[in-house]
Amino acid sequence: MGLVQSYRLRLQRKRWRIRAFRKRRELKSVANRTGQIKSDDILCFSTLRNERIRLPYFLEYYREQGVGHFFIVDNDSDDGSLTYLMDQPDVSVWTTKASYKRARFGVDWLNWLQMKHAHGHWTLTVDPDEFLVYPFCDTRPLRALTDWLDASSIKSFSAMLLDMYPKGPLDEQPYRAGQNPMEIASWFDSGNYTISRNYKFANLWIQGGPRSRVFFADAPEKAPALNKVPLVKWDKKYAYVSSTHMLLPRGLNQVYDEWGGEKASGVLLHAKFLDTFSAKAKEELERGQHYAASVEYKAYAEQIKDDPQLWCKWSERYINWRQLEILGLMSKGNWA
Amino acid sequence: MSSVGIVMLVHTALGRAEQVARHWSAAGCPVVLHVDKMVPKRQYDAFVASVADLANVQFCKRYRCEWGTWGIVAASQAASEMMLASFPDVRHVYLASGSCLPLRPVEELIDYLHARPTTDFIESATTADVPWTVGGLDEERFTLRFPVSWKRNRYLFDRFVEIQRKLRLKRKMPNGIVPHMGSQWWCLSRRTLSAILQDPERKTYDRFFRHVWIPDESYFQTLARLYSSKIESRSLTLSKFDFQGKPHIFYDDHLQLLRRSDCFVARKIWPHASRLYDAFLTDIAGAMKRTEPNPGKIDRIFAKAVERRTRGRAGLYMQSRFPNEDWENGVSAAPYSVFQGFTELFDDFEPWLAKATGARVHGHLFAPDRVEFADGQTAINGALSDSAAARDHNSKAFLANLIWNTRGERQCFQFGPNDAQDIVWRIAKDPNAQISVITGAWSVPLFRSNLNFEDIRALAAKLQKIEADHMDVLRSPHAKARVRIWTMAEFIEAPMEPLQAILDEIGRTKLRRLSEAPKMVDLSGFGQFLQNLKNQGMHPYLMGDFPAERGVEVAPKPTRKPYLVQ
Repeated sequence: MGLVQSYRLRLQRKRWRIRAFRKRRELKSVANRTGQIKSDDILCFSTLRNERIRLPYFLEYYREQGVGHFFIVDNDSDDGSLTYLMDQPDVSVWTTKASYKRARFGVDWLNWLQMKHAHGHWTLTVDPDEFLVYPFCDTRPLRALTDWLDASSIKSFSAMLLDMYPKGPLDEQPYRAGQNPMEIASWFDSGNYTISRNYKFANLWIQGGPRSRVFFADAPEKAPALNKVPLVKWDKKYAYVSSTHMLLPRGLNQVYDEWGGEKASGVLLHAKFLDTFSAKAKEELERGQHYAASVEYKAYAEQIKDDPQLWCKWSERYINWRQLEILGLMSKGNWA
Repeated sequence: MSSVGIVMLVHTALGRAEQVARHWSAAGCPVVLHVDKMVPKRQYDAFVASVADLANVQFCKRYRCEWGTWGIVAASQAASEMMLASFPDVRHVYLASGSCLPLRPVEELIDYLHARPTTDFIESATTADVPWTVGGLDEERFTLRFPVSWKRNRYLFDRFVEIQRKLRLKRKMPNGIVPHMGSQWWCLSRRTLSAILQDPERKTYDRFFRHVWIPDESYFQTLARLYSSKIESRSLTLSKFDFQGKPHIFYDDHLQLLRRSDCFVARKIWPHASRLYDAFLTDIAGAMKRTEPNPGKIDRIFAKAVERRTRGRAGLYMQSRFPNEDWENGVSAAPYSVFQGFTELFDDFEPWLAKATGARVHGHLFAPDRVEFADGQTAINGALSDSAAARDHNSKAFLANLIWNTRGERQCFQFGPNDAQDIVWRIAKDPNAQISVITGAWSVPLFRSNLNFEDIRALAAKLQKIEADHMDVLRSPHAKARVRIWTMAEFIEAPMEPLQAILDEIGRTKLRRLSEAPKMVDLSGFGQFLQNLKNQGMHPYLMGDFPAERGVEVAPKPTRKPYLVQ
């Protein structure tokens, strides 16, 4: 990479940080418990809208893994998400009525909160429908992973998005609050992912999975990106560029080995496709607040009307992280 | 008072260090603790107070212990001197760290060392013989100087090395000693250790080793060679290193594995691994059931981790393994076969091949309109879809996925000049690919088609050009696939032999000898067809030589089944 390019990326990073700084005015703190945070706590950041039904399990899942504090930006929910979050002892909540799209899909808001609160902490940035699975997650807490990453001088950890879906129509099995969504959406595509390299940001661009297979069969290049770097030892100089797909400085995107070896990586189980999905898709389509003119939701709406079936004969049923590692979707790397 | 003294170097997780020190102390082993100078005074004082009730635990002078620097040796020296001076009964000194955990009852260690009173357990090998050096520095660890920290100032460190190499600066070993290296965790006898510490030349050695890189892996290892009467070159501490030379960490789920170790002490233990601490820090009565030691199992697990990190799984492309071209350690996951021109020449080639080999035989996977998976399926293992658009979006990934998803089952597919050609270089460079081509066979469907001759001529010219380009790729010196190319004329002359060879190479033939051949299409009039193309000004050459009447002879009627003479 030339000096010029390197300098450009630096400017871009500064631009995102300034933008995040300006967007701080849109956030109104409604529950600030950041005083409780201990210096070695693992922090979780999330932005959401009308996810009340998902919250109990989401919080429980990450508390269990060892997250110490949650930072949540509530984007004008009207389903009681806000009051529920305010009652939680380990959650700090901000609320905003501003445009999700103009905050670059929430990235600006979270960049600001991270800049302010996350410096020096391991930081997990996930949506309420994303569940992190990492090597040995059934026997070792998240702290074991972050300690190991620290000892190995690794600053960022990759976890690709794995779309989970139920067998049969999406609305067949209703989801109850507090339930493990993977009891319903327990299937996934195991081997149809394509990867290309984004040389500018040094990250990999991963596409595929059921959304590509069903919704974008004729235009695979438009299928959503699945590469994510959700776990980062945060420094106030860092900034997410586009969702958690990539960040700057770009060395943090180098989560893959280029010489044949495997680095350690995890998976974000994406439990988006529950019975709540069609209502959500409809709402989001009306609001037009999603990425690339909501092309994803448009494609879903088209297809979901006639044949709401993501499951196919070759779908794989989720068992545990070891299964994902054997299938080659994640790796233990040299963590043993 | 026991005859084994423990020197513990501590820098974090003081609570765990206290637990372990208590364990040693309770078994009668005196303990000398060295606490890194970087530990804040308040924490240090609290630590000292926490073990104040133990009479046989002492603290020595504190040094700053940075990885790779002299501080660690200075600390070991100071603590060992204190141990030898304060506890005259001690016959062996065991060097351990704060994150070490005794795996077997302390009494066993005491008995073991009691039976070997003069043996020194220290891994010690000459630099030429060890493979574990990291950063390309082995002998240079001794001959260069390392005044800057590698951890904190990597850039300066590297520049210093570079400059010294350029200037050919070299230091001489003092008194001609021979440098040895090995694990920094040793167990030395009083005789050897005191000889090292009280050596009249110690100042000379210390001055030299102060500027050696990672002296804790070489100071005692080198000097023990001068005095020891009996060196057993192995460490009693189980310690596994990863590809960067950093120790692997043990967690709760390693409990069963550690029970099978034949070592006395393991390092390093994750401080929050409560199950391990609870299981191993008990008295003899509560100690674990004896399990047959099986250190090989531990070795395998950690050796595999290193291999996974450095070589990875062949043919896998994923979020944390995306090798540069030619660095794949295996372009694809398993061998596969590509056939070009066979379905054109034989009516029932695919079912015949499937029957003869048991492999999965696909049609033209790279056909322009859809992926022709075996048995007309619309998707295949891994939910890989038959959409041509999805395939062409990234055809390399498509092929890699197909082979990866079907590991354990041989894949065969057809290819031809009608197909999407983006993939040809990838296949040609893949040593797992076995490519068999009958050149010019694409003309057979044209010959049998009902098209206008004008169109046939245009199509033939186009296909011949594409196939010729493809053959150039396959014959390139960069091609690594197993390639067999026949012209069509050559092939139909004696089809059984090449078919047998292909089956043999696939290797899983059900039949020992080919008894049934696929049925070749009727080629009568083919020679004339080629002649017609020539007459129209096209030059069909990939088929080889077909005299105008030739086709008739090849497939005389009635067709007889070909057979081989034994």
